[in-house]
Parts: sequence; structure tokens; C-alpha cells
Amino acid sequence: MNQARTLTDRFSSSVNRLGLDLTILAPLIALVVLLIASSLASEYFLNTRNLTNVMRQVSYTGIIAIGVTFVIIGGGIDLSVGSMVALVGVLLLYALNAVTDPVMAIVVGILVALGSGALFGVFNGLLVTRGKITAFIATLATMSIFRSVALYLTDAGEVVSRNPLFPNLGGGYWLGVPIPVWAFLILAVAAHILLFYTRFGRHLCAVGANAQVARYSGIRVRTVILGSFTIAGACVGLSAIMLSSRLNSISPSDAGVLYELDAIAAVVIGGTALSGGKGSIWGTVIGALILGIINNMLNLLGVSPYLQGLVKGSVILIAVLVQYKRQQ
Amino acid sequence: MTEPVIRLHGLGKSFGPNVVLQDINLDIHPGEIIGILGENGAGKSTLLKLISGVYQPSTGSLEMGGKQYQELDPVTSRRLGIAMIPQEFNLVPTLRVYENVFLGQEVRKRGFLDRATMRQKTREVMATLQSTLDPEAPISSLSVAEKQMVEVARVLVDDARVVILDEPTTVLTDPEVKVLFDVVRRLQATGVAVLFISHKLKEVKDLCHTVLILRDGQVVEQCATNDLDEESMARKMVGRELSQVFPEKQGQQGEVALEVRQLSLDSVLSDVNFTLHRGQILGLSGLVGSGRTEIAETIMGLRQKTSGQILINGEPCTIQSPEDAHRRNLAYLSEDRQGKGLVMSFNLIENITLLSLKRYIKGLIRHRAERRQAEHYQQALSIRTASLTTEVGLLSGGNQQKVYLAKLLDIEPEILILDEPTRGIDVGTKHEFYRLIRGLASEGKAILVISSELEEIIGLCDQVLVVREGRIVADLHDEQITEEDIMLYAAGARSASDVTEAGVALS
Repeated sequence: MNQARTLTDRFSSSVNRLGLDLTILAPLIALVVLLIASSLASEYFLNTRNLTNVMRQVSYTGIIAIGVTFVIIGGGIDLSVGSMVALVGVLLLYALNAVTDPVMAIVVGILVALGSGALFGVFNGLLVTRGKITAFIATLATMSIFRSVALYLTDAGEVVSRNPLFPNLGGGYWLGVPIPVWAFLILAVAAHILLFYTRFGRHLCAVGANAQVARYSGIRVRTVILGSFTIAGACVGLSAIMLSSRLNSISPSDAGVLYELDAIAAVVIGGTALSGGKGSIWGTVIGALILGIINNMLNLLGVSPYLQGLVKGSVILIAVLVQYKRQQ
Repeated sequence: MTEPVIRLHGLGKSFGPNVVLQDINLDIHPGEIIGILGENGAGKSTLLKLISGVYQPSTGSLEMGGKQYQELDPVTSRRLGIAMIPQEFNLVPTLRVYENVFLGQEVRKRGFLDRATMRQKTREVMATLQSTLDPEAPISSLSVAEKQMVEVARVLVDDARVVILDEPTTVLTDPEVKVLFDVVRRLQATGVAVLFISHKLKEVKDLCHTVLILRDGQVVEQCATNDLDEESMARKMVGRELSQVFPEKQGQQGEVALEVRQLSLDSVLSDVNFTLHRGQILGLSGLVGSGRTEIAETIMGLRQKTSGQILINGEPCTIQSPEDAHRRNLAYLSEDRQGKGLVMSFNLIENITLLSLKRYIKGLIRHRAERRQAEHYQQALSIRTASLTTEVGLLSGGNQQKVYLAKLLDIEPEILILDEPTRGIDVGTKHEFYRLIRGLASEGKAILVISSELEEIIGLCDQVLVVREGRIVADLHDEQITEEDIMLYAAGARSASDVTEAGVALS
């Protein structure tokens, strides 16, 4: 008995060390089952080209979902990320086209995208921490504002890049893997470390679980929440870079539409509680993959695109129900 | 004797292989007050949950009104007249008194709420309880004791035959406890049976006719309260001889560690002055709401003082946040363990290192070092847990409190402010805490203890300050520290009769 306890203890602690909380097991199993089912259902699924495409598609929303994971763990929500993609994308392309030297232009463009994303995140964060507006309402408002500004700046027209090197960012490969996928994976590792191995990560969980306890523990609650929104904004910046360079343009009316829902769905499927306080980056990565593969399968199997929302919605409901049952 | 309201026949409960309660036989008669005693984990709350239908018994049955119930759900239990007044009140703060009294059983007339009747009935019930509480008052404006009164009224309106009070006095001051006891006696006089759960032996002794003592899920004693003195009650609960309740006081005091000068906080505190020495345990006594907690929170920078000075080791310092306080080796144990103390969804390790996290970071957090430190505290404070990665929300109150103390100790504080350090923990653990606190003092730490339990203040502290209406009204030493003196000052009275009057006024 005693030995068994220490063994399970040791197991769970080593699992913990990997950051693979046991809550991640359910989505992981779901992913494996989905992979097997998909490869049986369609012969094209395991095709390298198809898989590469799925991964690339996943990485745009996946990068954002990682950022949103931080906000949700801190007890907030960010509905503005989709609109922010469009606005950051527009600013990025303006900056890119304004600099003549192509290499220089890309450097400036990247900085503008990450910087403006982070800045919009700070704006969201300030509304929540200083303005004391509920995150849901604050980001609902900025969702509308960001999209509107993007449309106004461009007169609702597509902005096209004139930089010859730019498409290589989102369209390029390294070791056979698309660059956006690399960005997604590297970001996931960095985010995991930030969440589990730094003071910020631990404090964020404490704030999300009980802000009052956090305050009494000398944690700067507002700074931590502000940080989470800033991270989400910077992730939107990264995603905007990948997306607009892949398309070599950005359309202020179409870019990032409903990305906020995909991102939140990925977070929820990954087992992060919407009530905050706990979560995992790997869960979010798996959640994003599950959503991407389902989309892909529905396309491959020729299911009406109008039904895709229904399937996605059902998956979210199942994920939440499973979580809820486990908590009881 | 009259027919019992409920009879428990060999009631037992197991969770998997874990037997938490076995073979409980008990007859509950109308108008009887039964005290249920036991350490945390002895099975008290399991017994209550079986009676109120939250849990289903694994063995045995309940007999009510001549009917045997193998299983009981909360709705049936309520219909049969069993009512529970929980520790945490279930009142809707935005609604008024009468609305809460009739919550879920609203009186209706042609489909619409009959407010007049509900108001009238609430007034009647309050009159039976000899309370002057206004049925129209919003719950959010009430004191803790008044909220409890609303809970009691709710039970009366519901025609309860058995009322379960789960540690009702933990949140009350002594005069308020007196009022509550009067209410319970009035309830009992109307023929209601009362089950009274408490950690406080004296209360059980004062209030109850019979006492049921549980240990490790079994009844170890069931007799008339008069047949047992407090000490033998404690002995039976713990199952071993208790060494002296309070550790020996020590006269050894070092230099001044904390000095508070003319501290004021808006209209809450005015001109608070005191000094706290190394090696000293200084008690802060007073009624709930007298400003004790506010003094602590102001020192900790949780509230911004209006004026005054705080000196640590003789040096004036500005403390604007708990972070500043921690940096000055000043730590505060809040009275609200769950709301302000521990992150319930964090495990033991994460809670223990939450204040001191910086120490475990060499570039990244060293999880192994954190664990080692947590193991150290697990040993030193004998924290009982299945694993260090268990969520603290799953631990018993006493063990949670130990984790909370470990969390503070991990910043190696020189000055500790402990607000109700033994609230809601059982006798055995309480004694452990007293020894721990004394031990910390003899290591040279300066300790300020805030407590509503006079016995604790008197037994533990070297010196006692009494707070009333935001001022320190008395500074008591050695043999001056008596229950009577403290109460006199706390209630702002000069004679004993005044004290009881003040007590009644609180209701």
C-alpha cells in the first residue's frame, strides 16, 4: 500500500515535471483516436502534403490560442484577437511597403507586428486592470474597435505586399516543415516554460485561481493580468506575420474572422478551465490540432462546409462535458 | 420519554475501502440538544451528511415517523423536517431578510408573491426569537450574527423538527455566542431537537443535554453532558492524554521588533500605539468588527493608513503592499484561510513556496528544491496528506492551516501576525499550534496573535491589548489577563451587568 502510494506519487510527479498534468490525457487520447480514424477514413489524410497543410492551417490559430491560454488561466478572456489579426496585419503591410530595402523592411515589419500586437494587448489589459471592466465586455468592445480601424485605414480594401522576400516567411520550409509550424512549436515550448518554470507563470495561476489570495500573498495582481493580455497580443502579432506573408496580403474584412472562437475552443478542448487558475500549453496545442484535423477530415470527406460549425460546436460541448464530469 | 424524532440504526459509511463511519446508533428526541464532538476527520460531518441526505449510508438505516429509510435524499430529508444551518451561510446578499427567510418556499397569492404575509410571518418568527431584526433589511447590511439569525428564522418557518448546527460559533464573538445559545434554547423549548457540532468543549458543556463523541468513525462515548468534564471529553476525542493545553509562558523578551505609532485608518482605526518584542506573544483581543483585523491589514500594507508610523527594528518604514511587508520579514496569517490564505486548487508545494518563490529560481523554477522544502515542512509541522501534490482544498482544516503556516515560515519571517490561527481546527491540532507558536517565539520571533477565543488569548499570550471601536483600550499583563477584564474592556463596560447588556445589544 505504502509503496504503491509512493509509486503513483512518483509517477504523477514525473508527469507533472513534464507539464503533462493528468488532465491532458483525455485530449491526448482524443487526438490519437482522431488520427487513427482519419487515416482509416481517407487515404489522402496521411499524405505528407495534406499533413503539412493541416499543420500550417493549425499554426495560425494555434499561435493565438497559446496567447489566449495565458489570458484564460489568469481568469480573463480575449475576444478581440481575431480583429486584432486584421489590424496588426494592415499595420505590418504598411510598414513593410514603406521601407525600401527588402531585408530591412522585413525586420521593421516583424517589429511593428509584434510591437503593435503587444500594445493592443496592453490596451486590453489596462481596460481590465485599471478600467475595471470585465474582460468579456472590454475585449468585446475592442474586437469591434480593432476591426473598424483596420477597415477604415484600408477603406476595406486588401493590402498587398510589394516585398519580394516577404512570402518566404509564411510560405517557406525548414527541414521540410513549414516555418509557421516551427513558429507554433517553438512558441509552445517557450510558453510552457513561461507557465511552469517562472514566477510569472506561477503567479498567473494564483491570480486566476483566487485573486484575493494572490493579493494577500504580495503578488502584483494587476501587473500579472496586464502581462497575460500583452502576451496574447504579441502572439496575435506573430500569427499576423505568418498569415499575411503566406497570403502576401491582408484583407481587413476577412482576416482573422472568428479566430477568437477557434482559439478559445482550442484552449477549452485542451483542458484549461475557463474559470482560470489552471491550464496547460500542450493541452492547447492538442486542442488546436484536434480542431484542425476535424476541419481537414470534413473537407476530405466532402461534408458540406455548412455543417462544419455543427461538428466543431459539438466537439467543444463534449470536451467541456468531459471536464465537468471529471471535476465532480 | 417521548417518541424519538429520528432513530439511527447501525448507520455506517464507507468510501471505497475507507470506512469513515460505522455502527452509529442514536435516538434523537424532541426538545433535546445533542452535542457531537470529534476531531477533524472523526466522522462528524459524514454523520450530518447522512442525516441530511447528502450522502447515502453504506450500512444501517434511519427511522423517522415509524418509517425506515435506507436511503435519503436532501429533498426528502428537508420534507421530513431536518434542517441544517451551515457554517457558510446560504443567503442571497442582494435580497432582503424576509425574502431570504422564504427563499424557495415563497408564499403566493394567485400566482404572485404575497409580500405582506411573508413580511408579517418573518416579523412573528423574529419575535419568537426575541430579535428585532427588520424584515426589510438587505442581507448585505447584516452582521455575521444577524445573518445566522436569518438562517435560524428560515428553519423555523420551514417547521423543522431537527436542526443541525455545524460549528455555528466559529464566526461569533463571546457575547454573540450567548445570544445564539439563547436562541437555541428557545428553539428547543418549542420541541425542536438540536444537533450541535462544535470544537469547543465548553460550549457543548454549557448548551447540550447529551453528548456524542466520535473518534475514527466510531462512537467512543454517549452520555449525559453532566457526567463528563471538559478534560475527559477532550481525552476521549483525542484518544490519548493531552499534555498541558498551553505551553509554559516565557519571560524572555528581546529588543523591540515592531513598533506602531499613532496609526489611523479613515474612520476605522484611530491612534493605535503598541510595541512588539522579539520572543514575545502579544495578544490582540476584542469583539469582531472592533478593528483587530484592520490593524493587521494596515500594518501589512493591505490598507493604506491615513496617518501614523510603523517601525521595524527601530527603523521607520513605508509598507504599501504585502510584498513590501514580506521583504521586511513581516508575515500575516489571515483569518480567512480559504478566501485570502491558500490557493485551494494549488497543491501543497505550490502553496508553500508562493511567497518565497524567488528563492527557488535559478533561471527557472527548481521544482525539486521546492519539493524538498515542502517535505521539510511536512515533517516539521507533521502535515498529514496523501501526497505533496494533493490540492490543499482536499485537506482537513487543521492540515490546511499548517500548510498556510509553512507558507509564511518559508519567507523566514521575524515578525508574524496570526489572525485567528486556530479557527475551525480540532482540539489536538490546536494544541500542536499552541506549541508551534510558542516554539517560534522562543526562537526569537515576534508574534502578534489576534483571537476571538478568550481562552486562547489568556493561555497563549504574554501580554494582551484590547481593541474597541478602532482604539486600543487596555494593555494587560500577567495576572491582569483574565476573561472578565478583557470582556469588560472589549464591550466598553465598567461592570459585569453592563457586559451582558452590551451582549444583548449585539443581536
